[in-house]
Amino acid sequence: MTGVNTTSRAKRKEPMTDAQLLMTISICIFAFMYAAAMIFLGGGFLKFQQIFDLLNDNAALIIISCSLTIVMIGGGINISVGGVIGLTVMSCALFLNNNGIQNGFLSILLTILLALGIGLAFGVLEGFLVSFLGIQPFIVTLAGMFLSRGLTTMLSVNPVKVTHEAFLALVKSKIKIPWLGYVAQNGNPIPAKLEIGAVVALCVVILVYLMLHFMRFGRNIYALGGNRQSALMLGINVRSTCFWSYVLSGLLSGLAGYVFLMHKPAGNASVAMRSEMDAIAASIIGGTLLTGGVGNVIGTLFGVMILATIQKIIALSPLNASWWQEMASGAMLGFFIILQSVVLSNRGKHKSKDKE
Amino acid sequence: MLQRKKLRAGLGQLLIPLIALGILILFNLIRDPGFFSIGVAVNNSGNRVLTGNPISIIDSASELAIISMGMTLVTAACGGQDISVGAVGAIAGSVFVKVLQGTGSISVGTVILSILACCLATILFKLFNGTLVAVFKIQPMIATLILYSCGRSIAYWINGDATPQLNSPIISSLGMTIPGIPVPTPIFAVLLVGLLLAVVFRFTNISLYTQSVGINQGAARLNGINPTIIKLLSFALLGVCVSVASVIGVCRLGQLNHKTLLVDIEMDAILAVAIGGNNLGGGKFKLSGSILGAYIIQMLTTTLYAMNVSPVNVKAYKAIVIIIIVIAGSPVVKEKLTSLWKKSRIGGSNAVIRKGVG
Repeated sequence: MTGVNTTSRAKRKEPMTDAQLLMTISICIFAFMYAAAMIFLGGGFLKFQQIFDLLNDNAALIIISCSLTIVMIGGGINISVGGVIGLTVMSCALFLNNNGIQNGFLSILLTILLALGIGLAFGVLEGFLVSFLGIQPFIVTLAGMFLSRGLTTMLSVNPVKVTHEAFLALVKSKIKIPWLGYVAQNGNPIPAKLEIGAVVALCVVILVYLMLHFMRFGRNIYALGGNRQSALMLGINVRSTCFWSYVLSGLLSGLAGYVFLMHKPAGNASVAMRSEMDAIAASIIGGTLLTGGVGNVIGTLFGVMILATIQKIIALSPLNASWWQEMASGAMLGFFIILQSVVLSNRGKHKSKDKE
Repeated sequence: MLQRKKLRAGLGQLLIPLIALGILILFNLIRDPGFFSIGVAVNNSGNRVLTGNPISIIDSASELAIISMGMTLVTAACGGQDISVGAVGAIAGSVFVKVLQGTGSISVGTVILSILACCLATILFKLFNGTLVAVFKIQPMIATLILYSCGRSIAYWINGDATPQLNSPIISSLGMTIPGIPVPTPIFAVLLVGLLLAVVFRFTNISLYTQSVGINQGAARLNGINPTIIKLLSFALLGVCVSVASVIGVCRLGQLNHKTLLVDIEMDAILAVAIGGNNLGGGKFKLSGSILGAYIIQMLTTTLYAMNVSPVNVKAYKAIVIIIIVIAGSPVVKEKLTSLWKKSRIGGSNAVIRKGVG
């Protein structure tokens, strides 16, 4: 009897971890912001399609944010993801236009393989340099970013528009969910539309979540980021864990490039410019720490949604000049970051009081 | 003996960048023996100036070298990098031009006033970053991400969409050459900032304090060093460096463009810090390494341009060379090389002994 009591008390008193707290904050902020947008801006925000649009527009960003979350939990960083997206989009667009394969399905399949292959190549290269040669991840991935951007401009300086018919059909195909739609003014019901890329992104979030929480590899990444020395002492193969986390990150950025192409079927030298910083910001807002060992991929999803909602709100508000947009989103980012820090430090004070 | 050991330890960090620089110089000499020739020419305003690749490399690396000095300090104290230097540099340039235009005429006094105003504004922006890092305990990269994403918009807000032109002999003598002195002025700016920092480090304990805060903040605090002040100070010094660099950048072109002033310099500056052998995780640092890193990067760029690589493709080649340099400087490769070196040394000393006996 007493045993049951103590366990239930222990269960009740078990505190939230930092990652869970940060994730809860980000989910609350998203809900609050969305509710505020619904009340003050109305319009599109009242329709369910708006959430789907946020997902559709930011599918690639969600995927690279997941890939960054994995690497950041392991205590590293990967700033080449945006460059890899650019390179993937450009090479896939050129391949689709010039391959001359009659079979549409086959050529789409080959492009997917090409995209994943490019991502994999960058992941393997960076992972090898970081984990086996012990070079600082920031510098390795910075070189990766330079390399991918340089290769993109080598392929083509001019924008390339995809003219492949089968692929364009794939781009246009959307998943329609009638019961979430709305009725237009002329009485026609318009179903809510979700792009294939958004579905892929959501699948990636779920798979990465499962991997991080229920697979040995995922737990190893947490251990590696939390304390490398202890992880080594526990018998975890630190080097191979680090290596495979970068490989996975590279693979996901290749996939993100393909999803990007499915959203906007055109290659350009400045595709996804600076998106790595957005992805880092999204991960941080979602509760991942750059120091490693703390993080949650569900929080990352909400981090992306927060950033996307900020942009949407500013675009709909009167201050829609691009420089206002940047300044306002910078200010909001600053606000969230300070809020998080204040909440965490207050929590630290409470904890130390408890100990006393 | 101790002195020698110290010297060797210091050289150990600079060894890889020095070798990289040497290889680059050698490569250029083989490729084009005239690459390093220096000539004297008369420029538009009738001054005799030195020309040639070495001068242009040292001259155009000035902004990068100045900023990478400040970046080294921030890296050492906070264990993270400031990615907003380019954007804050654009703000600094805007403030400089705005104040200069506000005073009406361009004279030595107004230019100095504008530089001071620009310095002040930059330090304030950097202290904002520094407060986020030191007081709110936010990771430097995230704290500076805010200004990275909106800094250029603030610069736009200050100066509007225009690209103001500054036509004055004072501006051109700041950005290019002072009449009568054949060496470009930015080189003197690098020397000035470097000397200033060297003097500060020589006569105060700031360098030691910065390192100790970077290595172990808690231990530093227990020893009576205030980590908050040290971190803020490092950001303030970076602010001074950024403002000097942006003034050079504006004067060099004689105009202000908030979109292209010091664009992407943050990545190059971090790279310079890393190539110089400094740990990006904070702690011990060497300013000379970072300066060397900056010149290596500029030399590489100039070499690639000289080889007729188109500017948009330079990044790819640069990446490959950087990867090679960091592989050579990586701990694993270094360890292997030192063990090889020791083996050969032991063999060598045996040979000497044998010779002596013989």
